[in-house]
This record gives sequence, C-alpha cells and structure tokens, in this order.
Amino acid sequence: MWPIIQIETFKIFKRPRTYIAFGAIAALILVIQMGLKIDGESYAAFLMKDINNTLIVDGNVLNGYLVCYILLQLLLVHVPLLVALIAADMISGEANLGTLRLLLTTPYSRTQWILAKFIAASFYTILLLIWLAFLALFLSMWIFGTDDLFLMKSNYVVLIEGQDVFWRYVGAFVFASFSLLTVTALGFLMSSLANNSIGPIVATISAIVFFTILSTLNIPLFSAIKPYLFTTHMNNWKEFFDIKVTDSNEAITGSILNVAKIKNSIIVLVVHIILFVSASVWIVRKKDILS
Amino acid sequence: MKFKSTIFIGILIFIQSLTNAQTNALVERVRLKLNTVNDYTAEGVMKTDVSFIKASLGKVKVYYKKPNLIKVKKDGGISLLPKGGVSITMNSLLSTDKYIAIEAGKQLYKGKTLDVIKLVPTDDKLDWVISTLWIDPVEALVYKTFTTTKDNGSFEIEMDYGAYTSYGLPSKIVFGFNTKDYKLPNGITLEFGDEAPISKQKAMKNKKGTIEIAYSSYIINKGVSSSLF
Repeated sequence: MWPIIQIETFKIFKRPRTYIAFGAIAALILVIQMGLKIDGESYAAFLMKDINNTLIVDGNVLNGYLVCYILLQLLLVHVPLLVALIAADMISGEANLGTLRLLLTTPYSRTQWILAKFIAASFYTILLLIWLAFLALFLSMWIFGTDDLFLMKSNYVVLIEGQDVFWRYVGAFVFASFSLLTVTALGFLMSSLANNSIGPIVATISAIVFFTILSTLNIPLFSAIKPYLFTTHMNNWKEFFDIKVTDSNEAITGSILNVAKIKNSIIVLVVHIILFVSASVWIVRKKDILS
Repeated sequence: MKFKSTIFIGILIFIQSLTNAQTNALVERVRLKLNTVNDYTAEGVMKTDVSFIKASLGKVKVYYKKPNLIKVKKDGGISLLPKGGVSITMNSLLSTDKYIAIEAGKQLYKGKTLDVIKLVPTDDKLDWVISTLWIDPVEALVYKTFTTTKDNGSFEIEMDYGAYTSYGLPSKIVFGFNTKDYKLPNGITLEFGDEAPISKQKAMKNKKGTIEIAYSSYIINKGVSSSLF
C-alpha cells in the first residue's frame, strides 16, 4: 500500500491549490505578529483593563506564549476550512476528471485506495498543523521572547509559569491534530458522495459552520445534542491551559484542570474519524464507476 | 465654681497631653527602629490569593530604599501586586513625622495585647488618609495596619516577625485588599458556548484578595541601586 500512499501524497503536493493554505496561514500569522509587535502594548492594556483596576501586572505579558495562544484562538477556527479545500477533493476530484475509474481498476483494492488517499490527506493536514505551530509558537517565541503565560479568560485569569507552558502547547497541537483529522475525514466522506470538486468542499465548509454555530449557541434546546457534535470538542485544546488550584487557591504547576474533558473530546473526535472514514470506504466500495 | 472647672479642664488637657506624649513615644520608638534600615534586599516566596486569579507560588526579590522606594520583582516571571498597596509598608508609612497619633485603646491580637494607634497625616502630599496601627508596646513592633489611601482604596497588612525583629522587618507580610469585578466579553476571549455556572461567576465577584510574602532572608544597609525602582 506504501506506493499508492506515496502516489497520493505526490498528487496532493503537485497541485498549486495545496500551497494556498500554507500561504494563507503564513500571511495571517505574520500580519498579526507585526501588529502585536508594533501596537501590542495598547492591545494588552485593553485586555487588562479590569485587572489594572485592582492589580499591577509587572513583567513581559505580551510574550511569545501569549501571542501563540491568541493566534491559535483565531486560526484553529479557520484552518478546518483550509483543510476542507484538499480533503473534500480527494475522491470527487478524481471522479470529476474520470481518473477514479482508472485507479479502481488497478490491482489495489478500493479499500486500499481510499485508505491511501485518507492517509495522504492526513499527512497534508498534519504538515499544515506543523507549519502553523512553527510560525505561531516558535516564531512568536523568537520575536516576543518567553515569560510566564498570563491568560485572560472570560471570568478568570490563569498565570502559568514559563517552564510549565511548552508541554501544554505540545499537548494542544496533538489535540488540534485530532480536530483537524476529523475535518479531513468529514471532507473525505463528502468527497465520496459526489462526482465534482466544488460540491463536497462547499458541503464540508457548510457543515463545519453549521455545527460550530450549534455548538456555540447557549440555547437549552441544543444542549442535548452538543456533546455529540465534533465541533463542540474541536476547541477543547484550550483545556491544556487551565490549571488546578489547591483549597487555598494556589495553582498546581504541571496540572490540568479537566483531563477527563480532554480525554472525552479525543474519544469523540476519534469515533467521528473512524465513522467518517468507514462510511467513505463503504460508499466507494458500493460506488458505480461504470456510469 | 468657675475656678474649679478651669482646674478640672486643665487637668484633663494635661492628662491628654501626657497620653499623646506616650502614644507618640511608642510610634517614635517604632519609627526609630525602622529608621535604622536605609535600604534592604529581601528574598521570599509570594503567594497570590485573588478569587479570579489562578497563580502559583513564586520566588520574589523585594528592594527597599529610604524614604519610600519599594519594588517587588518575581524571579524571571510576571508578578501581580495590589495597586498602590505595596508602597504602603511600615517603612514608608513611618518614613515621615508629618502625622498626628491618636491612641485608640488596646486589643488582643494573636495572643498579644497591642496598642491601637491611629495616624492622621498632616501633609496633604502623602498618599494615605488615615492609618491604624496595632503595635506591641514591649517590642515596639507593628503587627497589623489598616490604611486608607487617597486613590487606591484600603489595605490591611498583617506581619509576623522572626530573625530581623531588631530592625522591625517582618518574616511574613500579608497584604489584604478589595478586588473589583473581572469580566472579559466572550467576543474577545473567543470562549463561546462554554459559560461558567452563574454560582461560580458570583463566587469570583466582590471578594477580598491577599498577597502574602514569606521572607527567607534580608540584606540590610548594603546599598540598593536607585535604577531598580
């Protein structure tokens, strides 16, 4: 199966469209980093308006770790759309060009082809995430330096010691890979249902937007279905940046507040990946390629 | 009758002046003890306890220089300090003699009978409006203060003493202050659909915060550069 994985990966990286996502991420990150470098102090002052009423915050608040968190908050919502551009075209693109029939008549089975295509699309997704991590984390650390992570959430503030931050980002990126692979699998499923490129891409993006809105709405009617939506769990990488406290409100270095929530989210995302890919395999195995 | 009344009022004024003199003498003893310290560098561990802040213990260095320069710096990290509160230490409070001391009785505090003395500044330029001191008359040590400032609210400071009693420097200091509400819109934090329960949000509001520094060592009167402040 290795040769067909190589072929599929080669096909992905041969297309100019593949590099749009890498370019878009680089442009967005560099623009935000430039903005924060030039006028970050006023942005930080705006964020800390309430805190500054009571406390004096002394130190490099706007350091590389905080900049990376800001970037991930903004980008991890939109990167799925870039992933969909490639994943949702993997099967339907071939069907549109008429090359799917050719592929499926080779000695490799349909299941092998579908899995090879999914592995190649996953490789693209992981590479995109590594690119994002390199620019958002390492470049920010280089430009803004490192210090404690002073994280301002909606109702409280978390101050994580500098030496306790990096592993949390490693965890967050690993978690994000499950989120993005779920999107890859969804795009793949949509792709298996159509015979043109645009339809599955638009359908995948629409599904992500639709379910994201359902996940973020605080309406009791939707609360029952929220735990089963993959979009509810995609943003839980943030859980790596919440910390346990003792009874005397002393933060415990190296702890995560809600490990169970992270585990649960990973399980839900993995189940979605397995379901979507299995459904894609089943659909393609039944697909009529003679018409 | 008029003569007797005049004598009685005269005695009262005399007693009052004697009382004031004693009170001033105790504050003066504290002031003289603190005035032996021109500067210090102290190392310690700081603990922040504010309802809406999750922070771990951090090693800090505290720099002081007469008359009222003080700086708390965390070792390679971000430190949180009560606004305006840290500068209201005993050394800075009693670095001036422009105040009136009023005796306000005695109180039992941590097993010690302490003299309660209220200080009212006579210099308009001072940051504070009134300060109450709980002083041990035997050791001339201040164990507790409650100070109301012009701009930054009220601060309660509690002190424990150890190896540096002779300089009037505490081994542990706890700053107590009132915190204001903290809330950032979800649109800024991008935390949609993940609201904390209302009971939890209420618990984080209108609470008193404390910052505690436990000192491990002092370097006294060895010089501190002004550039540190």
